[in-house]
Amino acid sequence: MSITEVSTAESRLGSGRRITNDFSIQVATVNGSGSQTANTVLMRAIFQMGIPVSGKNMFPSNIAGLPTWFTIRASKDGYIGRKKELDFRVAMNPETAREDVMKLESGAAALYDEPLKLDGLRSDLHFYPVPFDKLVVPVCPEARLRKLVRNMIYDGVVAQLLGIEMEEVRKALFKQFGARKAKAAELNWNAARTGFEFAAQNLPKKDPFRVERMNATAGKIIIDGNAATALGCLFAGVTVVAWYPITPSSSLVEALIGYLKRYRIDPETGKATFAVVQAEDELASIGMVLGAGWAGARSMTATSGPGISLMSEFAGLGYYAELPGVIVDVQRVGPSTGLPTRTMQGDLLSTALLSHGDTKHPMLMPSSPRECFSMSQDAFDLAERFQTPVFILSDLDLGMNNWMSDPFVYPAEPIQRGKVLTAQDLERLGGFARYKDVDGDGVGYRTLPATPHPAAAYFTRGSGHNEKAGYTEREDDYMNNMDRLAHKLDTLRSYVPAPRVEYREAAQIGVICAGTSRYATEESRDQLRSEYGVETSYMRLKAYPFNHQLSEFIRRHDRVYVIDQNRDAQLLALMRLELDSEEIARLRSVRYYGGLPIDARTITDEIVRQEEL
Amino acid sequence: MSTTATLPPKKVNRIGLEVQAYKGGKTTLCAGCGHNAISERIVEAFYEMGIEPWKVAKFSGIGCSSKSPAYFLNQAHGFNGVHGRMPSVATGAILANRHILGIGVTGDGDTASIGMGQFMHLLRRNLPFIYIIEDNGVYGLTKGQFSATADLGSKLKTGVVNDLPPFDCCALALRWGATFVARSFSGDKKQLSAILKAAIAHRGLSVIDVISPCVTFNDHEGSTKSYAFMKEHDEPLHEVDFVPSFLDISVEIPEGELREVAMHDGSRIRLRKLARDYDPTSQINAIQALHEAAQKEEVLTGILYIATGQPTLMDMLNMDDQPLATLPESKVRPSPKALEEIMEELR
Repeated sequence: MSITEVSTAESRLGSGRRITNDFSIQVATVNGSGSQTANTVLMRAIFQMGIPVSGKNMFPSNIAGLPTWFTIRASKDGYIGRKKELDFRVAMNPETAREDVMKLESGAAALYDEPLKLDGLRSDLHFYPVPFDKLVVPVCPEARLRKLVRNMIYDGVVAQLLGIEMEEVRKALFKQFGARKAKAAELNWNAARTGFEFAAQNLPKKDPFRVERMNATAGKIIIDGNAATALGCLFAGVTVVAWYPITPSSSLVEALIGYLKRYRIDPETGKATFAVVQAEDELASIGMVLGAGWAGARSMTATSGPGISLMSEFAGLGYYAELPGVIVDVQRVGPSTGLPTRTMQGDLLSTALLSHGDTKHPMLMPSSPRECFSMSQDAFDLAERFQTPVFILSDLDLGMNNWMSDPFVYPAEPIQRGKVLTAQDLERLGGFARYKDVDGDGVGYRTLPATPHPAAAYFTRGSGHNEKAGYTEREDDYMNNMDRLAHKLDTLRSYVPAPRVEYREAAQIGVICAGTSRYATEESRDQLRSEYGVETSYMRLKAYPFNHQLSEFIRRHDRVYVIDQNRDAQLLALMRLELDSEEIARLRSVRYYGGLPIDARTITDEIVRQEEL
Repeated sequence: MSTTATLPPKKVNRIGLEVQAYKGGKTTLCAGCGHNAISERIVEAFYEMGIEPWKVAKFSGIGCSSKSPAYFLNQAHGFNGVHGRMPSVATGAILANRHILGIGVTGDGDTASIGMGQFMHLLRRNLPFIYIIEDNGVYGLTKGQFSATADLGSKLKTGVVNDLPPFDCCALALRWGATFVARSFSGDKKQLSAILKAAIAHRGLSVIDVISPCVTFNDHEGSTKSYAFMKEHDEPLHEVDFVPSFLDISVEIPEGELREVAMHDGSRIRLRKLARDYDPTSQINAIQALHEAAQKEEVLTGILYIATGQPTLMDMLNMDDQPLATLPESKVRPSPKALEEIMEELR
C-alpha cells in the first residue's frame, strides 16, 4: 500500500486539535486471547469517570485464533450507536494489523505491538509502538499466562495516552475479577501499571483524543440486552423455559438460569418454582413452550433466525389453537455458516407472518436494555391476555453488547393471567364455549387441564374448530373463526407498547425506525439538523401490529424514511401490508445490511442523497 | 386363576363414576380398525382404576392414531398437536402441571419417522407419561404408504415390497431410558387392559407399542401387521395381571409360577409364567428376547421391561410439588429488594 494515497490529510496531524470525550477506540485482537477482560475494564473505567460510553464486540464464529474487534465509544453527547469513524486503534493482531491501520480516519491514533512495524504504512496517523513481549516478562514470570496478561498492558498505555484515571482502571479491574480471583487481579493490575509507566516515559502524547471526568453516568448500570431480557422474564414470573443453544441467544437463557437459581428456589421447600429444559432442537423447544402455555405456565424460549424458521409450523398451531408463549428472537445474519455472530434485523417479515395459512404474530421490538426488561414482561401479559404466541425481536447488537442504562424499575402492575375459568367459575356458568367471543374483544375464555370439573375439558386442535372447540371442516365455522382471530389482533393493537413519536413543526420529512436502529437514527437526525439544516419528525415503532399512529405520522409528512437493517426493507414491507396506496407512496427506504450495527453517517448520507441536498 | 382382572359388577367405579364419564366422541375411524379397540381398553382401564377423568390430559400428533384421543375420555383436556411432535407438547404441559396424568396416542409414522427425534429424547427424560404407539406399519390417512416399522419383505396391497429393515420402537425405548416398556395386540383385550392399568400406576415413562391392524390398507396376505399374522405369530411372554393398590387381594400362588413386581403406589404386577421364565426387570434380557423373537418371526407381547423408583424429569429438575402453572405471584415474582440487589451489582 502506498502511503501517498492517504497523505493528503497529513495536515490534520499536529493541528493542535483537542477532542474530549467524543471518539471511538477499537481494539483488534484474536479471539480466545483473553482480551475481553481488558476491553471491559477499559470501558468500565471510562464509564466510572462519568462519561457516556458503549462497547461493541465484533467476534467470529470460532473458539480461538480468529480476528475479533472490540469498539468502545465515548460520547459526551450520549450517542451510543456505532460510530463509523475509528479514532483510536489498538492493533494487537498481526493477521489484521495492516488492514486495521488502513481503515482509520486521518488523524487517528494507532497503538501497536512494536514488532508489527506499522508506522511505515501511513503518514497521517499518530503511531505509538509498544514492545508488549518485553514488557510482559518481568510482570508475569509464568510464561503460559503472558498471552492473557499482555492485554492488560494496553489498558495502562491507553489510560496514560487518553487520560483515563488509573484508580478507575483499578476499580474496574478488581470488580471484573471479583474477590475469588484476587491473585489474578493483582497480576493484571501490575500489567496495567507497567503499561501506564511505559507510556508515561516513552510515548509523548501526539493525538488529540482525551477523556475528562463528567457526571453523566451516576446511578447507571452496564448490562447486555440478553441479561436484561432474562431479568424481565424473571420478574414476569416465567415458570417453564425450553431452549436450544444458538448464537446470539444462548447467553440470554444462561443468564436466566443463573437468576432463577438465585431468586426462584422456594426458601421453605428448597424446590424450584421453575423448570428449564434444554430441548433437542427448536421444534421441541417451541412445542414445550406451547404445551406449557396451554397448561397454564408462563413459558418462553429464546432463539435466533434459524430457530425461528424451525418453529414455523408450531407457531402457526399456536396462532390457530390460541396458545400463549413467549419467543425471544435475538436476530443475526443468515442461515448456516457465514455471519452468525453479526447483527441484523432480518427476521421481521418471516416472524410477523411465521407459518402457513393466515397467521400473524405480535412482535415487540425493544431498543434498549430497559425495554428488554419491560417488554419481556409485557410479552408474557400479552401472550396470556390474548392467548397467542408473542415474539420479542431483539438483535445481536442489543443482546450481546454492553449498554449503559438507567436502572430498571420494578413492575408497577400485577401479573396479568388472562381469561382462565376455574372449577368455581364453571360451576356458576354451567359450561363454556372455548372459542366464543363473549366480551367482544375477540378473546375467548379458556380452562386449564386438570381443572377439577366435568365441564372443564375441551379439545385443542389446529384450524378446524367451531366455537365449542368441536371438530369442523365447515366453511362458515372456519371463516367465523378467522374473522374473530383478525378482530383479536386488532384489539391487541392498542395493548402493545405504543410508538415513540416526535413531531417537528417545520419538518417535511419523517424518519421511522425500530429496535436498535434508534441510536444511529437519532444521531443522524442531529447530523441532518446541524450539518444540513434539515428538521425531521421521528417515529420509533415498538410493536407489530402497528397502531393508528403510523398512518397519522406518514400523512403528516411528504416523505418518510424507513430505516432497515436488512437488504429488502422488511420493516417497510410490513407497513405496506397495512397502509393505503397514498401512504405507501410517501415511504422511502434506508437500508444497511453489512452485519455491523447501523451507524448514523450511513443514514445521513443516504437521506441526503435521496433528498438531493 | 384370575384374581384381579374382573372387578365387582357394579355400575360405578370406586370414585362413584359410571363408565359413561370415561367415554369419548363417536369414532370416525374405519370399522374394525385396531385403534378403536385400543380406545375401548383405555376407557376401561381409567374407569376400573377409578381415575378422575379431568386429571387426565390427552396428547397426540397427526395420523389415524392421533385422531383417537377424541374417542375416549371426553372429560379430559385433549391436544392434537403437529405431526411427530407430540412429546414436546406433552412435556411442556406436564412440566406446567405435574398433577396432570398424561396419556399420548401416536402411530408408527408419527413416532418412528417424523417423530423419531422427539420420541428418542422423550425416552431420555423419563417424563411421567403414557406413550401408546398404535402400530400398523402403514400410513393410513395418506392412503397406504409403508411406515418405518413395516417389516422387511412385507407387502403392500399394491404388491410393493418393503426392502428396508423396521425400527422396533420397544427396543429403542428399552435402550434409551423408558422405565416401562410393553408390547401388546389390539385384539388381546385382557393383556392390553392389564398393561394399561400398570402403565397408569407407573411413575415414569411408559411406552406401549400396540400392534393395531389397519383393515383398509394393511390387513392382507403378505402383511406382518394383519389380524391373521398376529393370530399366528403373537407370542405372549407371560399372562399379565394387575392388582391395583386399592384392592387387597392375597392368594396363595405356587412358587415358580408367578413373578410379582411391586409398584411405588403399592399396586402389583403379577406375571404368570408361560413357555419361559421371563424377568421383566432386566434390560439386557429384554433386548435379547426381542432380537431372538424377530429372528423367529415371533411378536413378543407382554411387559418387556419395568424399572420402578427411577428419578423422573420432575425429580431431576427439583421441581416444586405444586403445579408451576398456578403458583401465585408471590412465589414467581422476586421482590423489589432482589431487583435492587441485581442493579447494584451492575453499577
